[in-house]
Amino acid sequence: MTPLQKVAASILCALFALIVLTTFLLPAHYARQFRDIPNAGPSSAHPLGTDALGRDFLSRLLYGTRVSLLLAPAAALLATLIAAVLGSAAGLLGGWFEHIVLAATDLSLALPWLFLLLLVRAMLPLDVPPLVSVVIAFLMMGLLGWQASVRVICAAARGVRDSDFLLLARSSGCRPARLLVRHVAPNLRLLFYAQFFISIPLFILTEANLSILGLGVMEPTPSWGNLMRGFEDFSTLSANPWRLTPLILLVIVVMCFQLVLPSQEVAQ
Amino acid sequence: MNETQKSANLFRLALRRLVILLGLGLVGALASATLVRFAPGYGVTERDLDPRLSANSAEALRQKQALNQSLPAFYFHYLSALAHGDLGESDSLKRPVRELLRQRFPVTGNSVIRGMGVAWLAATLLASLGLVIRGWFFEASATAFNSFLLSLPSAVVAMLAVHLRAPVFFAIAVVVFPRLYSYIRNLLIRAYDQPHVLAARTRGLGSGAILFRHVLPLAAPPLLALLGVSFAISFGAAIPIEALCDSPGLGQLAWHAALSRDLPLIVNVTLIVALVMLAANSLADFAGRTFAESTS
Repeated sequence: MTPLQKVAASILCALFALIVLTTFLLPAHYARQFRDIPNAGPSSAHPLGTDALGRDFLSRLLYGTRVSLLLAPAAALLATLIAAVLGSAAGLLGGWFEHIVLAATDLSLALPWLFLLLLVRAMLPLDVPPLVSVVIAFLMMGLLGWQASVRVICAAARGVRDSDFLLLARSSGCRPARLLVRHVAPNLRLLFYAQFFISIPLFILTEANLSILGLGVMEPTPSWGNLMRGFEDFSTLSANPWRLTPLILLVIVVMCFQLVLPSQEVAQ
Repeated sequence: MNETQKSANLFRLALRRLVILLGLGLVGALASATLVRFAPGYGVTERDLDPRLSANSAEALRQKQALNQSLPAFYFHYLSALAHGDLGESDSLKRPVRELLRQRFPVTGNSVIRGMGVAWLAATLLASLGLVIRGWFFEASATAFNSFLLSLPSAVVAMLAVHLRAPVFFAIAVVVFPRLYSYIRNLLIRAYDQPHVLAARTRGLGSGAILFRHVLPLAAPPLLALLGVSFAISFGAAIPIEALCDSPGLGQLAWHAALSRDLPLIVNVTLIVALVMLAANSLADFAGRTFAESTS
């Protein structure tokens, strides 16, 4: 690990520690309104001021950090699990199953990711409680974000398929499901980890895009994405530059992930 | 391999690509039809809820709308209408989807092509410059700049474009550029380190000549494949950018359809975009293979 990677890893660890401590650090509940001081500047009571509805911005930022930084790894975990099962099975079984999985992967990879998310989001109700919107956003990204990893995992599983130890296991009467769980998956474990970590920054950015467009995490639950919705009003933003903190945090986190993680080519 | 065999191989490849494209198009159309048919509220119009209508009249209306037809019959009607260019009607805008697509597609196409052009030009120039300069300072600053752009959500780039009054295509270029740059840079470096390029360098061939005669031809097939992928990236970026920059293109239409749960519209827009993407990818892949065959 280079010194720069160590710094990036430390920043990420500090942010994840912040998530754990958020419950104790929140100056006020993220939805509590201080109606007599909307759009207030920083003060000792509200270190990052308040938003247009008089809600404490620091509380919203801390809680939003927790939502975004937990949502993205959860979605990445789901996507990696799906990719691991589909990719390993396709690589191990080969034949028509592999063709179908790869054709479905190609089809969904050809489609712009946001179009697919909008299509699925359009099929779900929009007037849902905030917590349900968080779950919907997480499930949507997790269930639709596995395609890029499937190709990589399938290629690696294909390499394992012809190995001696698998031939021995097969000749001993090992069933495909057992082969997959006991022999193929442990050999691809490092690849699964790499794919999981590579997906996290992608999902952080996707959540931000969806929430800015009003199709991700719903108000009043904060996330980095819906905290950035206020950026459209540049006059307020230039008067209150501390409102840029969600964007600064997002950029730092995504850059840290890019520094720490292996590139897609290395992961392959 | 002689010329006739090469041509026969390329013809077979083109034919296979076309068959796959048609097959995927058919699967996509059937999936779209299924989504539309089973969408909540499908076929329910305001007239159905009119209390003044008797049960018989409501039934007659339903018969008229062919709602009682079986699923295979529905698929048949959907596909035959699709073959005649009839994509149905938007629930929210009350206009034919075909007309909306005809209006919006050129706007997005124009922005995407211009944005891609700018992004490709900037990424290729910067990556080539990096090859010629090859200093740590240039590399570090280019990587940091690229990494920063990669970390910006496209919706934020769109809001910045609105603030700076920058055109939509420029915002698309800003989103696409960092994704191209790192890939192009890696490809060019790999080609630049090949033994025959090293030999050309030791013989004192100029940087420009090495780049254009040896490096770019070697990197051309994967670059052409990347061209197809960059189409998908650009169209994806067009959604938040057009929505927030108020540009009347396909991205804004898809966003509007998602917000108003207009399933016939979003499904057909997605189907058309998917077909365009698949065609672009197939064309780019075919061009890359043709180039590789002709230079081998």
